[in-house]
Amino acid sequence: MPLSNPQTVGGVAASSVTHDITSGKRDIKGKVLEGMLIIALAGSLLILAILIIDLLRRSWPVWTDRPGEFLRGPLNSANAADAGVGQAIRGTIELALVVAVVAIPLGTACAVYLEEYASKSKLASFTRLNVRNLAGVPSIVYGLLGLAIFVQFFGLGRSIWAGGLALSALVLPIVVITASEALRAVPQSIREGAYGVGATRWETTSRHVLPAAGPGILTGVVLSLARAAGEAAPILLVGAATGLLRTGSQGFFEQLGAAFTALPVAIFSYARQPGEAFREVTAAASLVLLVLVLLMNGVAIWLRNRYERKW
Amino acid sequence: MAVSNVEIRSAADLQINPRRKRVDRFVKYFFIASAVTTFAVTIAIIATLVVDAIQFLQGLNDTEEGLGALFSIGWFPRRGIFDIGTLVVGTFIVTGIAMLVAIPLGLGASVYLAEYARPKVRKTVKPILEILAGVPSVVLGYFAIAYINPNIIAKLFSGANAAFTLAAAGIGVGILTIPIIASVAEDALSSVPLALREASYGLGANRWQSTFKVVFPAAISGIIAALILGVSRAVGETMVVAIAAGATGGGLFSTDPLQPGQTMTAAMAALGFGSDQVAGDNNAFQSLYFIGLLLFFMTLFLNFVSDRLVNRLREEY
Repeated sequence: MPLSNPQTVGGVAASSVTHDITSGKRDIKGKVLEGMLIIALAGSLLILAILIIDLLRRSWPVWTDRPGEFLRGPLNSANAADAGVGQAIRGTIELALVVAVVAIPLGTACAVYLEEYASKSKLASFTRLNVRNLAGVPSIVYGLLGLAIFVQFFGLGRSIWAGGLALSALVLPIVVITASEALRAVPQSIREGAYGVGATRWETTSRHVLPAAGPGILTGVVLSLARAAGEAAPILLVGAATGLLRTGSQGFFEQLGAAFTALPVAIFSYARQPGEAFREVTAAASLVLLVLVLLMNGVAIWLRNRYERKW
Repeated sequence: MAVSNVEIRSAADLQINPRRKRVDRFVKYFFIASAVTTFAVTIAIIATLVVDAIQFLQGLNDTEEGLGALFSIGWFPRRGIFDIGTLVVGTFIVTGIAMLVAIPLGLGASVYLAEYARPKVRKTVKPILEILAGVPSVVLGYFAIAYINPNIIAKLFSGANAAFTLAAAGIGVGILTIPIIASVAEDALSSVPLALREASYGLGANRWQSTFKVVFPAAISGIIAALILGVSRAVGETMVVAIAAGATGGGLFSTDPLQPGQTMTAAMAALGFGSDQVAGDNNAFQSLYFIGLLLFFMTLFLNFVSDRLVNRLREEY
């Protein structure tokens, strides 16, 4: 026959022990510290909330008055009523395409070399050091690279090609680092299985390791495209248009070699103009860029969570 | 029971099809080539910066004022006055203000997430911090000039410039640095082994004692690495400063954060964009590469130190 409910007895015992250890004093210092930490975290999140609310509130007139004209409109830093982001959105998409074509295969191939072909060689460890350093180079320096090498040395002019190549150099280390991590997460047994049935290294890599690492690599790809879409400094130096931009009805490939602008550059040139009308336009353009970039980041996070495998 | 019905008659049967072998070798060279491309990028960056910076210095040496123009009264590139000190001090002011914002918020958030937060809270809050990390710097430039300066700086300090201040730019840069510091510091705290915390609790320490007297000191090299990385990002950040610090044409040497000012990156953006860059052989334009070289070495040094500290932490545990 149970004399008492063990849970109640346990609870009473625990609280009396706690009381004896702490001599009945409450840990005020601990509570204050914890409160400060919560304030730090909440403050960081609050900034994001204020930013988004401010963008929405201030860009509201643009969305109610002329949403279609704004989204299709040309770059115009002289007249806020005509200013839009149509050319800028197009430029950003074209830049992202160049980055996707150049940086992603190159970065992934570099990661495959580092992880699958030469993980312990001198060249590999030197490459790793080099990539880590490249990842820390400020983005505006990539603008100087683009200007001197792609615009002037290779004679590409102030075009999407030059801007896209500068952005490719900028995101290359990100692609290499994230793809390396994805490849490293693939268990050794998959490689050993493939080698065991006689596959060559390339067959092992292309048919087993790369597909297994696919989602991880894709996450890195989307993140680096988002980074490229949000960067202004490199393409500003490469020579993206900030004032007015005349684009005729060129074909797609002609446009890659012509003068261009992009969303972050449009925001930069609108933000420099005085007056409330331009503030509204800047906020609206910022919101478009923010939605675009966050959507891409969201896709990357979703991909990571959805396909993350524990081996 | 037969394992396989393939009959191996000679060693030649075990050999690989030569075509497969050729493909394998060819592909390997392709991969090596792509790894070498990353060196090409580094070499191109250094070569560009060094060659053009030397050209700038030579051009400057040929002018009346000579290299003394690097240490004159301010930064007016169009008038041949290139006081690097003006820019470096501006960069330090912006970085300092950025760290005043980012260190308490970023470190506090990382300690809370790593040591205090329940797993559920951590799972929801971390992606939100990642969103903050994804906000493009131009958007924060807009935020600094349209919200921070009029609503915070101008209201707190009556003498502040109404349109552009270094302080507003610094706060904007700081907001960009919060997630970087938070994520690197959180990694450092999480890599401290659980045994240390358990030992601390076992000796009767409570949570804040374990956190600040055991875990924090154990992770200190990673936390310092996080701070240095944050400084490096703040030094190299361009767009917030280019928009909100009021970099137009040039400026006198100034240490007042409540007034417009020049930083290295803002001066580069001002020199480099739009129609101003038409004259490619102009000495003012070449100065861009000289600042770029300085910036490159500053961030390279900071990143190198940070990298070493992170590796030390990794070796310890």
